[in-house]
Amino acid sequence: MCLGIPGEVIELNTEQPDLAKVDVSGVRRSINIALLEEEDVRPGDWILIHVGFALSKIDEEEAQAALDFLKTIGQDYEDELDALRRSQIE
Amino acid sequence: MRFVDEYRDADRAQALAAKITDLCEPGRHYKFMEVCGGHTHTIYKHGLEDYLPENIQLVHGPGCPVCVIPMGRVDDAIHIAQQPDVVMTSFGDMMRVPGSTRSFIDSNADNTDIRMVYSPLDALKLAKGNPGKHVVFMAIGFETTAPSTAMTVLRAAVDEVENFSVFDNHVTVIPAIKAVLDSPDLRLDGFIGPGHVSTVIGCRPYGFIAEDYGKPLVVAGFEPLDILQSIYMLLRQLTDGRSEVENQYSRVVPWDGNQAALRAISDVMELRPYFEWRGLGFISHSALRLRDDYARFDAERLFELPGVRVADPKACQCGEVLKGVLKPWECKVFGTACTPETPIGTCMVSSEGACAAYYNYGRFERSRVKEATRA
Ligand code: SF4
Repeated sequence: MCLGIPGEVIELNTEQPDLAKVDVSGVRRSINIALLEEEDVRPGDWILIHVGFALSKIDEEEAQAALDFLKTIGQDYEDELDALRRSQIE
Repeated sequence: MRFVDEYRDADRAQALAAKITDLCEPGRHYKFMEVCGGHTHTIYKHGLEDYLPENIQLVHGPGCPVCVIPMGRVDDAIHIAQQPDVVMTSFGDMMRVPGSTRSFIDSNADNTDIRMVYSPLDALKLAKGNPGKHVVFMAIGFETTAPSTAMTVLRAAVDEVENFSVFDNHVTVIPAIKAVLDSPDLRLDGFIGPGHVSTVIGCRPYGFIAEDYGKPLVVAGFEPLDILQSIYMLLRQLTDGRSEVENQYSRVVPWDGNQAALRAISDVMELRPYFEWRGLGFISHSALRLRDDYARFDAERLFELPGVRVADPKACQCGEVLKGVLKPWECKVFGTACTPETPIGTCMVSSEGACAAYYNYGRFERSRVKEATRA
């Protein structure tokens, strides 16, 4: 929960500018990007997600490092990804 | 050195470790606290203590959000869940946290409907889809999750959702560090500062630690190399006679934090005069509650809460573990009565908790031996 999950922005939502479609370890979900309003988020950008909200923009290398770290967590990370899969942010 | 060998950057880690050893003054002992449970996890997972010279000790801090929730608040949440037509929601980590008589999972066996959600926005959606129910989100976490709760409340206000509320248990990291600094039991030489919390609050709020307490703090990332690097930076400061706030994790943490997130928190929430932390007792101005403007989304005002303060079980020494005074394996019930399957204390529940981290990596046996041979 405290640990950010990295994701790649796939497309912005023109109707709801707060939301973006994001690929997180192969799972595509809607993520709220309103807290990055000053960062000009675009498709292809990597973001660090906490409980459904992007809190920072990162580069691809950092995203990979963050993913590697999460994998060391094991079951708890799997559980969080499962929860994310069930998530239906709108 | 089993853990070390598994680690892909072992060579770079060894090189850093050599630099660290060079900087250590012989005969001097150093105690650094890693505030954040994520760091605790990395330290055990990769056996980082094995790289460090004997005179550097890493002490685990209070930065595990699940660990600091007092039992009375779990009881209050269960009480809310028992009210007619209520669906309680929270993060998965909360489900197994023991209250005075039971956890959420136990409570569900008695017909409450407490569900795990990934995001507070999922709880809000659940409310919208179930107009006959009142959906409560039990919000926990430091400044990393507080903005999400705040944004969700703002969204609920815009959408005029009437059957949604928040049971706010957000805590703030600075007063917890201050409580540790003021605790007479512990003499620390510096801090490994939390990574993700700092994404939101930035590095400035730590200034008083350097200025008023004369201790260096380095905000660090979660990779093993990040932590070794930050230990090196702490030692460098001590050797130079400096005490400053430095940012080792600048690739993610901006010096000024995330202004939009801070604004969301302060629009929706205000500091409580005081809040009870599990094991640490009452700490003033250390937690958040909803502002009057959002009273209609405040579960504490919508439901009458028992609010009973429950003393931690006698056997449990989570308080000492959270303050860094005891190592997990020094707790009498560690690994026997208290395991991740049957936790007595909260530090055993979450992967960010120090006791769970020790337990999961099976390091306690070795540490015991190490400690015994040292004594
Ligand atoms: S072993 Fe269990 S009871 Fe003891 S400090 Fe850790 S979590 Fe608390």
